[in-house]
Amino acid sequence: MSFIKVNNIWKEYGETVVLEGVSTQVERGEFITIVGTSGCGKSTFLNMLLGVEQPTQGQILLKDKPLPQEPGKDRGIVFQRYSVFPHLSVLDNVLLGEEFSSSPVMSKLFGRQRREASNRATEILEAVGLGHAIDKYPDALSGGMQQRLAIAQALIKEPKILLLDEPFGALDPGIRADMHELILRLWRELKITVFMVTHDLQEGFSLGTRLWVFDKRRIDPHNPNRFGARITFDLPVGDRNAAEVPEVHPQDPDLKKIA
Amino acid sequence: MKRLVNQKPDRLLAIALGILPFVLLLIVYLVASDARLDENPNDKLLPAFSSIADAMERMAFEPSKRSGDYLLWADTYSSLKRLFLGVVISSLIGLIFGVLQGAIPLVRSGLSPVVTAMSLIPPMAILPILFIVFGLGELSKVVLIVIGITPFLIRDIQGRVSQLPSEQLVKAQTLGANSWQLIIRVILPQVMPRLIEGVRLSLGPAWLFLIAAEAVAATDGLGYRIFLVRRYLSMDVILPYVFWITLLAFLIDLLLRFSSHKFYPWYHRSQQ
Repeated sequence: MSFIKVNNIWKEYGETVVLEGVSTQVERGEFITIVGTSGCGKSTFLNMLLGVEQPTQGQILLKDKPLPQEPGKDRGIVFQRYSVFPHLSVLDNVLLGEEFSSSPVMSKLFGRQRREASNRATEILEAVGLGHAIDKYPDALSGGMQQRLAIAQALIKEPKILLLDEPFGALDPGIRADMHELILRLWRELKITVFMVTHDLQEGFSLGTRLWVFDKRRIDPHNPNRFGARITFDLPVGDRNAAEVPEVHPQDPDLKKIA
Repeated sequence: MKRLVNQKPDRLLAIALGILPFVLLLIVYLVASDARLDENPNDKLLPAFSSIADAMERMAFEPSKRSGDYLLWADTYSSLKRLFLGVVISSLIGLIFGVLQGAIPLVRSGLSPVVTAMSLIPPMAILPILFIVFGLGELSKVVLIVIGITPFLIRDIQGRVSQLPSEQLVKAQTLGANSWQLIIRVILPQVMPRLIEGVRLSLGPAWLFLIAAEAVAATDGLGYRIFLVRRYLSMDVILPYVFWITLLAFLIDLLLRFSSHKFYPWYHRSQQ
């Protein structure tokens, strides 16, 4: 039994075919990077995993059960922007996930419960390198720190799957390297399954255990939307064994050559 | 020499430039008033500042011969009470319906068309209906304000809810939020400073409806007084009353702006 099974999914918007016949399987603990040209359907695919879009045909199975048709707490997400809540402090941003489950009506924790949850949230914030900023508001954080916060928020729910939609696309190169280190460390320690959409081919090769390239196999020059994209390359990169993945340095000149 | 569009005044110049038109208006009034009073000392159209001061002393610090009230303060109290009631009720309705319509597509589909239709009814046109239904007392005046500004507030809040980035709403769902939690922890707190902005915008219309209702049927209130003394061409009362209403409107706006900055500092920082 595969962890995630994608059965011949198609996505069409009216006449426009975005994805055609995508089938694949993913095991628990894989780190999949997804690359492709703009509009190739890689974000659409991620949105289907997330549950905000549904395939026109075919289905995605999670542990042999159809994926719920809306977002849920088993699949964490980090978007390129707007993933954090501007009206909450860094600590409250992370506490929120805990408050949703422990306090169904008020969605707010007080007293001992809050202190316990805060300890856990603080641990997570320290793990992502935000231990010094727990009282700040997101507007006081740099882009990289906001993304660290978005990751910390997702981690408190201990999701089985972490979806990253161009999470580092808006960051400076130096900060991006730090973020790569962070995400690899978390993936190794927590043994989560990661899907990451990226524009950066080098990032795609250096981060994951498996690289997917979405592209159109057939093109009708008179009607470019006639055919959709598939996974044209499914390459093993890095090491398949999550626990023993070697340290990867994105600045490594060899990797640049491949990219 | 820089282009005109690139020349920015420093702080002092900016303040001076801001005050200048007020001073000019004042001078124009003084000159015109003097000229008219020279020709006819009994002219009532542009009273001298001394007669305005006399009239105000009478209105504010001497009890009325008829009722024993200090009229300016009694009028101010009545008007502000109506305005306050009307605006608070409208804000509550606007917040509840705006958030529900913005957050829940089923509610939006059901209510959005009827709210849009109601917002197109000219409130003044139904003032007679309000007087017939609610009588000539306080209620009809408050209801006019509510009917006048609530549709705007509902639509404003609904729009602002839908402007919240969808990423945030999806993110909250991946953190396990149900619809209710999404509304009270993510949407409502972020809409509050936007509600204050909406209320600030609707205060102008709210004053308009208040004064209109008082002019038509009332026994006290700032609008009632202005329309009452109009019969005697008492510009020495009307002008300071108008100034007083303007000042009150300015102070309420200032208070709202201040409390928004005080309670929702994150909103104003992120707006910059």
